Amino acid sequence: MIEFSVLNISKKFNKKFVFENLSFQLSDSNSIAIIGKNGSGKSTFLKICAGVLSPFSGNVEIKIGSKNIDKTNFFLHIGFVAPYLQLYDELTPTEHLEFCCNMKNVKFSKSVIEKVLEEVNLENRKNDFVRTFSSGMKQRLKYATAILHKPEILILDEPTVNLDKDGCETVKKIVEKQIQNGILVYATNNLKEENFSSNVLNIEKNNS
Amino acid sequence: MSFVFYVFKKDFHSELRNRYSINSLLMFVMITISIVLFGIVSETSDSLVLSGVLWIVIFFSSMTGLSRSFVNEEEKGTTLFLQLNSKPLHVFLGKFLLNILLMLFINCVTILLYFFFVSDFQVKNFSIFFLTLFLGTFSISLSSTFIASIVAKANTKGALFPILSFPILIPIFISVISATKISVEGKSFSFASSDFQILISYILVIFSASILFFDFIWKE
Repeated sequence: MIEFSVLNISKKFNKKFVFENLSFQLSDSNSIAIIGKNGSGKSTFLKICAGVLSPFSGNVEIKIGSKNIDKTNFFLHIGFVAPYLQLYDELTPTEHLEFCCNMKNVKFSKSVIEKVLEEVNLENRKNDFVRTFSSGMKQRLKYATAILHKPEILILDEPTVNLDKDGCETVKKIVEKQIQNGILVYATNNLKEENFSSNVLNIEKNNS
Repeated sequence: MSFVFYVFKKDFHSELRNRYSINSLLMFVMITISIVLFGIVSETSDSLVLSGVLWIVIFFSSMTGLSRSFVNEEEKGTTLFLQLNSKPLHVFLGKFLLNILLMLFINCVTILLYFFFVSDFQVKNFSIFFLTLFLGTFSISLSSTFIASIVAKANTKGALFPILSFPILIPIFISVISATKISVEGKSFSFASSDFQILISYILVIFSASILFFDFIWKE
């Protein structure tokens, strides 16, 4: 049983609130779409949900079974994909995934890497430097790093940005699998993507 | 500890492929030593003055290369990737490990060049000299890594690093210059013991502060 609680989150930059008192609570096999205009704070909100940005006020809690997860261990339970998430140009996909395996206590083996790269259709480029990749291929690799440890919570910002038709299909499969096995939180401006979830949180409405 | 090694390994691979820090450090050391040589020309210089000059070379080379550990991550936007895949402490210690390795390598090169080209610099007590060099390298790497993590979040990274570093590194430089002078004069170990005590205390204080505060710096 997983519980993901985002409670009364507010964030301000330069004394101005970007958003105030945003909350949601999700459990297993649940998802939520975060929508709002450009600059409404969707990405900031997702970063706070992922535990990489501190809120001005409010709290984010992850509970697995009866155990509350410490904030420093959020990364072990969260997968995150966003256009502004940058990869290392001088490393290969295998090296990226090896690093993620090692840091997240996933047993590193060739078969694990190959399986996840197959899922995102990058198996033929596993030893090429990321600097030679297109933005779509980088986006696929970000998905591979995010799903490698089978996270309980998957957070996606603009899930299909930079992706072609095949890539969008891959994302759809990943999203469906995640909704079956865990929790999905994503931010989008794309009306088609809004249909991934029946729960919608409109940041602007919440702030008006 | 293995997580620290994995961060170090990733950074080491990146550094081997980019060679950004190592190249800028090496170039800086060679240029500074050349300028020192042009400055002293054929004049006989006092070993005591030259021991101070040696640490000036080391200070400025560390200012050139060590800030890259965190600044590179910020500039390339890869900080988020690290935040999503590791604990803050592992990142700090991994980067610190790489900075020590870089500084040890650069200081070895600096010392070799210095001994070879600056003939007036003669060390009489090598045990004090090498211990000073080791403790100096360790403390400079530690404080530089910590300062770099703060500076990386600022807009004026390049200018801020030496400005912030200078007051924080002053205790190190007073002690290492004094201990190097003692090694040049050939005095016994007991004369340098107070300098070593200061360096070890400094390392303990900065290490504790880094571990306590790095979480807050790392997470905006």
